[in-house]
Amino acid sequence: MTMQKKKTIFTTVVLAALLAACVIVDLTLPSFHIAVTVIKKATVYALVAASMNLLNGFTGLFSLGQAGFMLLGAYAYGVLTIPVAKRASVYQYFDGGAIQFSLPEIFAGFLGDGVGGVVGMLAALLVGGILAALMAYLIGLPVLRLKSDYLAIATLGFAEILRAFFQWNALGPITNGSNLLKSYPTFSKATPYVVLAGVMIAVILLLINSTYGRAFKAIRDDEVAAEAMGINLARHKRLAFVISSFFAGIGGGMMAMYMGTIAAAPFKSSLTYEILLIVVIGGIGSISGSVIASFLYIFSSEWLLRGLDSGEFLGISAPGLFKNGFRMAVFSVIIMVIVLFFRRGIMGDKELPDLLDRRERKHKKEAAGK
Amino acid sequence: MQEMFPYFLNGISVGGQYALIAIGYTLVYGILRLINFAHGDVFMVAGLVMVYATASMPFYIALPLVVLATVVLGFLIERVAYKPLRSAPRMSLMISAIGVSYLIQNMAFYITGGVPQPVSNPIPWISENVTILGASTKRVTIITPILTILLVVALVYLINHTKIGMAMRAAAKDFETAQLMGIKINKVISMTFIIGSFLAAVGSMLYFTNYPSVAITSGGMPGLKAFVAAVFGGIGSIPGAVVGAFIIGLCEEVIKGLGYTTFSDAFTFALLIVVLCVKPTGLFGEKVTDKV
Amino acid sequence: MSGQVLKVENATMQFGGVVAVDNLNLEINEGEIVALIGPNGAGKTTAFNVVTGVYQPTNGAVWFQGEKIIENHPQGKMKKMYKGEHAGEYSHVLAPTPDKITKLGMARTFQNIRLWKSQTVFDNVLIAKHCRATSNVMSATFRFNRKEEMRQRQNVEELLKIVGLYEERDELATSLPYGKQRRLEIARALAAEPKLLLLDEPAAGMNPQETDELTAFIGEMRDRFGLTIFLIEHHMNLVMGISDRIYVLDFGKLIAEGTPAEIQNNQRVIDAYLGVADDA
Repeated sequence: MTMQKKKTIFTTVVLAALLAACVIVDLTLPSFHIAVTVIKKATVYALVAASMNLLNGFTGLFSLGQAGFMLLGAYAYGVLTIPVAKRASVYQYFDGGAIQFSLPEIFAGFLGDGVGGVVGMLAALLVGGILAALMAYLIGLPVLRLKSDYLAIATLGFAEILRAFFQWNALGPITNGSNLLKSYPTFSKATPYVVLAGVMIAVILLLINSTYGRAFKAIRDDEVAAEAMGINLARHKRLAFVISSFFAGIGGGMMAMYMGTIAAAPFKSSLTYEILLIVVIGGIGSISGSVIASFLYIFSSEWLLRGLDSGEFLGISAPGLFKNGFRMAVFSVIIMVIVLFFRRGIMGDKELPDLLDRRERKHKKEAAGK
Repeated sequence: MQEMFPYFLNGISVGGQYALIAIGYTLVYGILRLINFAHGDVFMVAGLVMVYATASMPFYIALPLVVLATVVLGFLIERVAYKPLRSAPRMSLMISAIGVSYLIQNMAFYITGGVPQPVSNPIPWISENVTILGASTKRVTIITPILTILLVVALVYLINHTKIGMAMRAAAKDFETAQLMGIKINKVISMTFIIGSFLAAVGSMLYFTNYPSVAITSGGMPGLKAFVAAVFGGIGSIPGAVVGAFIIGLCEEVIKGLGYTTFSDAFTFALLIVVLCVKPTGLFGEKVTDKV
Repeated sequence: MSGQVLKVENATMQFGGVVAVDNLNLEINEGEIVALIGPNGAGKTTAFNVVTGVYQPTNGAVWFQGEKIIENHPQGKMKKMYKGEHAGEYSHVLAPTPDKITKLGMARTFQNIRLWKSQTVFDNVLIAKHCRATSNVMSATFRFNRKEEMRQRQNVEELLKIVGLYEERDELATSLPYGKQRRLEIARALAAEPKLLLLDEPAAGMNPQETDELTAFIGEMRDRFGLTIFLIEHHMNLVMGISDRIYVLDFGKLIAEGTPAEIQNNQRVIDAYLGVADDA
């Protein structure tokens, strides 16, 4: 039990330190500073990676539909939060669009501008998550019966179908067809992102450590044994799929906030691949791994390795070599090295507080040695 | 009906190109049980090499070079990214395939600077316009299905009547037993990738002759669609992949002809999902029973 | 209830043209230990898979505690191919998935150990308790089920003490020695709180001493938990020492039934099986 306590303290300290760092960044740096951008983007990616890990890593369902569910969340957020006054200009090709209300404005009506606005934004995120979950439920009916790679390709296909629908002109009054959604409210500071994603990831962790999470892991380890021990496969797989998609939907909404405009184009299968690779780097089956990998990935690609694309890196100037695209080329080589030689990723299937276990054991060994 | 004719013609042509890619998927899946996500990107690289090569040398040197480069790339991908994972879980293999796809696209981005490379009449004779039954089209549209059928016949002969073909069939049937029986499994797998890449190179040259440019993402969609064709026809079956590819190519062009271009991609995936749910073994696939 | 726990009625399992289990009839009463024996490929595990819902029988029915839980009759293509008997006697289809059957009160082990590899000993047993949990996802995630969770954890600790795996509770299941893995699989099945425990070759790969320990262990578990046990086994020491009754399968057909003494002296059994088994 003391180990448990140590872990709790350790986790609390780490989380508090991270939150404090984030608040300090927000207080000292302007919101367009690269550090703020990195934190925002990384937290969004961390949430989506964690949701993907819940499905691919903990339940063993190899799904590649994440981008599709994010797309749903993003669109739901945009459609529900664009101020009514701005709809005419955003939906200029569709007579101002079919929806003539905005959640933040409705909530502002009886909660006041500040609080009401934020509640409205959160409500829109929630709607996005619920839509994604509903869609996952429907898709899951036929698809979840499929095995590993067929499941992967079918979910990938569904994401592509969704994307086609959102670009369809007939749905234009809602989705704005192939035009951008914009002018919706966003958080300019990083802290709201961190708190939001942090709460969501905490819920994912709670789920994983509950009796349902254990059942998911049993399905991953041995489906036949899980079913023989009374775990309803169809129900639990659906559950994992729906919950994972819910969080992907919320992640998509947050992505929309971060990006400032919404189009269907960024939610291609390559986004899913990117997130999958983050999950792999962090360790399949480790939520803290996914979070760490997201931050590392975004930090280095957006900030640290920027120079690789713009001619100068670590003081070495070589415009011929360090030109546009070199950063991602280097990156993908690193990823391949991890995929091939460090298959367990940064954390394997351990969580951050589990590192204390190893130290404990080492101490014990040393004590025994003396 | 008359105005649909060009779409039929295009459909058969596109179908032939998908068929050439689909065979690569189906062969690899048959043996390694791996969706080779990088195959579409190999296809794209072949297009890029064609653009670069035909710009700097006569096409009768350039084209064999394209084929050679593509085959070497396919071979290397297998050796570097898949061979070390032979005993790893299938998920790792699939992740590696996705990683390779990501790598190739990023490399291509670096080399091209992210600018789509214009295709300018790389192979003189086949991109000339001809008129058939009142429909004007490029010669390549007619040549593609014919060439596809010829190549498929040659491939089927290779698989059914040569020693390496027999080894490939054995490996597809039962990987481990084939190994125990003294079949050099690595050689067979390399051969599979070489054949797949060869066909993809040919398909790529035909495909991109009809397109204005090669972008780094150009391989993704045709790749996925060809995979769907392979599943539709019954994965592991070569005739299945070819028939599936022609059907998908035709349907897609007809849908475009009817004015639903947005949904031509979505249709393919809807078809995939219907097939997977109704008849996962596809049109010509063998039934596999899992032992509990 | 009538004291009868399991009844298999005219069960036939046909794969394509191959009849793996042919018109099987057997009954197991409360508190009994019943063994199913037979040479390799006789259809024993298939019979288990039919009873536990892994396979849907081609024809026939299974009753559990006086209630019909499985029923099927040849359909579609199978109508013409069906080679078994009693084809016209069943008209309903009852095909619960294995998890439903487990919830009714049956739990099994596997011939080739199927523990959850990445889980600890403790978690392997705890996960089997999941089917007895009453909380939904929400209440489990937000920990409104604390009481139930605590109770289950306590149960598992007690169970591990009883089966003698308490010391190893935090070790990975796969790091245990073979015999203990077998024992853990039984503990896991017990955690699902079954009335009927099905053991598929529990002594496979064990040496004589381990087998003797296991024999004692199975008897002890029966008494302690008031179980009824149905087992498949090749080790005749175990079978003869523990079983109240024995059924013998050969080529999918039941060829004998009786007490251990009767089976040992049954000429058909000796011909089919005992005469060639080396450790009989």
